[in-house]
Amino acid sequence: MNATTTDAVPAIELRGVTQRFRTPSGGVHTALHDLDMTVAPGEFCAVVGPTGCGKSTTLSLISGLKAASAGRTLLHGEPVTSLDRRVGFMFQTDAAFPWRTVLDNVAAGPRFRGVSRRDAVAGARDWLRRVGLSGFEDRLPHQLSGGMRKRVALAQTLINEPEILLMDEPFSALDVQTRQIVQDELLGLWELTRPAVVFVTHDLEEAIALADKVVVLTVGPGTVKDTFTIDLPRPRRVQEIRFDARFVALYERIWTSLRDEVRLAYARSAGADPGAPTKDATPSPATATTATGFSAPSEPATTPSDDAEVH
Amino acid sequence: MSELATAPAEVPADEPSEAELLRAARSRRRLRGLLVLCVQFVLVALVLGGWQLGASRGVLDSFTYGSPSGVVGQLRTWFEHGTASGSIWHNIAVTMQETVLGFVIGVVAGVVLGVALGRVRALAEVMAPFIKAGNAVPRVVLGSMFIIWFGLGPSGKVALAVVLVFFSVFFNAFQGTREVDGNLIDNARVLGASEWQVTCRVVVPSAMTWIVASLHAAFGFALIGAIVGEVLGAQAGLGQLIQQAQGQFNADGVYAGILVIAVLALAAEFLITRFERRVLRWRPTALSGSTGL
Ligand SMILES: Nc1ncnc2c1ncn2[C@@H]1O[C@H](COP(=O)(O)OP(=O)(O)O)[C@@H](O)[C@H]1O
Ligand SMILES: [Mg+2]
Repeated sequence: MNATTTDAVPAIELRGVTQRFRTPSGGVHTALHDLDMTVAPGEFCAVVGPTGCGKSTTLSLISGLKAASAGRTLLHGEPVTSLDRRVGFMFQTDAAFPWRTVLDNVAAGPRFRGVSRRDAVAGARDWLRRVGLSGFEDRLPHQLSGGMRKRVALAQTLINEPEILLMDEPFSALDVQTRQIVQDELLGLWELTRPAVVFVTHDLEEAIALADKVVVLTVGPGTVKDTFTIDLPRPRRVQEIRFDARFVALYERIWTSLRDEVRLAYARSAGADPGAPTKDATPSPATATTATGFSAPSEPATTPSDDAEVH
Repeated sequence: MSELATAPAEVPADEPSEAELLRAARSRRRLRGLLVLCVQFVLVALVLGGWQLGASRGVLDSFTYGSPSGVVGQLRTWFEHGTASGSIWHNIAVTMQETVLGFVIGVVAGVVLGVALGRVRALAEVMAPFIKAGNAVPRVVLGSMFIIWFGLGPSGKVALAVVLVFFSVFFNAFQGTREVDGNLIDNARVLGASEWQVTCRVVVPSAMTWIVASLHAAFGFALIGAIVGEVLGAQAGLGQLIQQAQGQFNADGVYAGILVIAVLALAAEFLITRFERRVLRWRPTALSGSTGL
């Protein structure tokens, strides 16, 4: 990142964080072990790692929804003791209130925080416009497509103007085309208020395309294995940046680091030998780009036609 | 369907329009409904006719088993000349007052306690044995206790109705609170909701599906509470009318009382179903399906 952000107090700082859980059988399971990580204000940090390595747990700790077993979690230099008002959290699964209309869902944050109904609704309309959902104010969440539900979640989170934005595999349930559109939208919205972002994903391409920094976690108990700076220029277009030679080079470097962890995690879950080839399971950028290598649409789709079934 | 199948694919003009398809489906549904109604009518006519025939031929002893005409006569007497304990409307009003009051108090208490215990684990742990013990008592016997406490007035009946309603609503509210999607709660908290706001804005609306489902049974329990209370001892009410008829070996009177109660219960069920539809409008699939059972 640039000099101004590295000098400042980090927006997020995890120091020697360890998280243990009681297992149902009475044992202790260590999900995170001695994790160190910092995110500067305005920095977009992607976290990748194999399933079960503690990515979601890390976000819970930063948000204050959970307390760490050991270590320190600091936001802007202050220890996290409870939920912080400056934090926004977009969950992996749909968390919109199903009995509320889209408008009321987006207005929920300001309403909880004591803003008058009129102002909250006005703000919600504004944000719905920004995420391209004008005209859908009165729909219920289940009446929307998967991509639209993600936009509602985005508006619901961003309306609080968080300084720290946590996202847990937010687009993993979307089909590839819809995902790329929403990714571009996310980058556009992020530029507006520039929160510090921790974006958890298992999709390395997504991580590189979006982030300033990619953190690779080891197989559980998770700890930081490598950190890569993504020096691709901004503004970026997700569909196009994947053809960039620098992108491909970065992908190969980071994948080399991630591959061993993925193999290990796979071997553990399958009980197979760790040397088994798994490279085929994850697409290299070359195969991925040919698979979706159509001319990029010029506009984000805002119509209900981008039907993507979630679950 | 058959038109669709036979129409050649190249000539879309021959396909029935959407409106025509809808109309055909609607008329088919109406026909079906009519048929069901006819069968139901025939069933009722058979049972009532057989009963009446048996009673008038002397096959069924009409003193013991009554007869449809006797029931109608009893109802006419009640509605035209009143009963020993005031007009029939007065008796209906007394029973309904006890029922509705017991229902409302029981539902409010059940929801408040169910949600509170569902939300606060420590409270649930403290209260669990008492709730279980309370639930284990056959509640109808409490009726006798309430008569001793409250006398023959309506309070004892209300109390019995409350107790019956409370448990049926409480367990649903508790379970519904426990089943609330933790993700929704986390989301609300991150968005800035206080614990109280989480309860009112997330937990209760979420648990509403469970709570409303218990209301059907709960109203039935309220009615049972009021009527059993009246049967045990009262100055007025439908239960007391039935009790009187029983004392006089008046089978027609018992049936007539049951009939009036059934009509009231059906009316209440109708209102509760309307309420359910309104409260759970947001659900992707309506709860009370077309079968209506
Ligand atoms: N509440 C919990 N109780 C016990 N174990 C948990 C709990 N939450 C997570 N874990 C375990 O911790 C590990 C990390 O979980 P998680 O952070 O969800 O992984 P990821 O998001 O990287 O897939 C997993 O092995 C998971 O089973
Ligand atoms: Mg996860």
